[in-house]
Parts: sequence; structure tokens; C-alpha cells
Amino acid sequence: MKVYLTRAYMFSASHRLHCDDFSPEKNVEVYGKCNNPHGHGHNYRIEVTVGGQVDPKLGMICDLGELDAFVQNEVLERYGLQNLNTFPEFKDVVPTTENLSVEIFNRVRSGFKPAQITKLRIEETAMNSFEYSGGAELK
Amino acid sequence: MVYLTRKAEFSAAHYYHNPQWSPEENQRVFGKCANLNGHGHNYTLEVTVKGEPETKSGFVIDLKELKAIMQREVIEVMDHRMLNKEVPEFATAVPTTENLAIAIWNRLEGKLKVAKLHRIRVYETPDLFVDFYGEA
Repeated sequence: MKVYLTRAYMFSASHRLHCDDFSPEKNVEVYGKCNNPHGHGHNYRIEVTVGGQVDPKLGMICDLGELDAFVQNEVLERYGLQNLNTFPEFKDVVPTTENLSVEIFNRVRSGFKPAQITKLRIEETAMNSFEYSGGAELK
Repeated sequence: MVYLTRKAEFSAAHYYHNPQWSPEENQRVFGKCANLNGHGHNYTLEVTVKGEPETKSGFVIDLKELKAIMQREVIEVMDHRMLNKEVPEFATAVPTTENLAIAIWNRLEGKLKVAKLHRIRVYETPDLFVDFYGEA
């Protein structure tokens, strides 16, 4: 039987929303305060959902410790207490939380083998959240 | 189609143990959760049902009825219990959150006269939850 397990994690990072193709005025018009040249930060709460069959011996989709270790090493240590704009993946892509969702989803999809990620959700603040399922319909 | 979710809470103890494995193997796989004296969680259960609102009442389901079914089929069976020893499903299956979601689905499916069971979500902690949609 297919079940979906979701685990939540947190990291804090800074970013600045700015598009080189826009004029300075246009950047301010589009991104407002988020265009501040010095950047600003968030406490991001991410939820990683993996889906799969329950292994009858374990009673689990995958070893939670392995998922925790993967996310710790590949996501939290990479982005935690860093400036998102400094990463190669955001050199030509604005580090909005939309784009961050896609980036983290793809990172887990390609690197975590014991189970398949089906959804990545990020709360940028308690008021804003973003979900990405790799193009599949959201459950 | 409208989706309606009702929440409930229960507290229960469990441990993870596969009787086909040695104590060392259980310890290696399940870690702290293998302690046979058990440990506990405050579980939050969300039951989501779906259906068209009935024309006269405006209800997808009578919430009183859903609450009573959840109370009878799940809360009275699992609240303040040792899942491994007191809930029949876990005489054989490991009482992980995955298996708990499936067991609760099986207990509720077929008990609703109106509306259709859509999702069982079980939070073991605020940072860990499992969804089951009745998929094979």
C-alpha cells in the first residue's frame, strides 16, 4: 500500500530578489522591499514528502534516519546561514521561494534513492507557503 | 466536490520490534525505538472526507456523526493504550506511523453512510506525519 511520509526541517538564509534584465526602477516596482541591495532573511520551514510502499519488515517507506541525514547534508548544511544569491543555481535564477522549492525538490529527487520525493513544501513565513510536486498534480 | 477534515488527538505508547530479527538487528534498524519498554507520542489524527453538500442540510457529512465514528473506531481503541499489545493490527505489523495510518483507514472505511473517505493523516510529532489515500 502506497503511503506518503512528510518530515519537516528548518534553516535560515538570506536572499535578495533582483532580475538583471530589469531596470533599477522596474526591480523596485516588481520586488519592492525584497530588492534591498543588502538582502534580507527568512527562517524557512521545509516539508519533504516521500511516497512509496511500506516495507513489511520495517513497517516504513524508508529509514527516517537516512532521509534526515540526506536532507541535513544536502540541503540544511548547504543553505543554512548562507546567502542564497551566492549559489551557482541562483546565479541566473532569482532565489524566490518558488525557485527554491524547485531546486530543493530536484536535489532530493536526484540524490535520495531509498524513496521518491513526491512533494516539497516551503513556508517562507507563517503567512506564505509554496509547494512543488515536480509537475504532478498536488494531492 | 467539497473536502471536510475533522481532527482528533490521542496519546499512545509503542515500540518497534520485528520478532524475526535478533535483538542486535532490531537495535541496529530501529535504534531507540526498539526499547521493549516502549515510549509514547501525542498523535494528531486528521480524517478528510469528500462529497457533494446535501441540498437541504448543506452538509457533506454530519460532523457529529463523523466525530462519533472516529471516537468509537479509533480513539477508544488507541487512546492511552500500548499499540503493540492492545491493538490487534499490531500483533503482527510494526506500529509505525505508516502502518497506523493504514490501520485507521481500514477501521473507518465502510463506516461512513454518506461522503467518501479521502485521506488519513497521522502526525506522530509536529514535524513528522504520514498520509494514506487508500492506494494499493
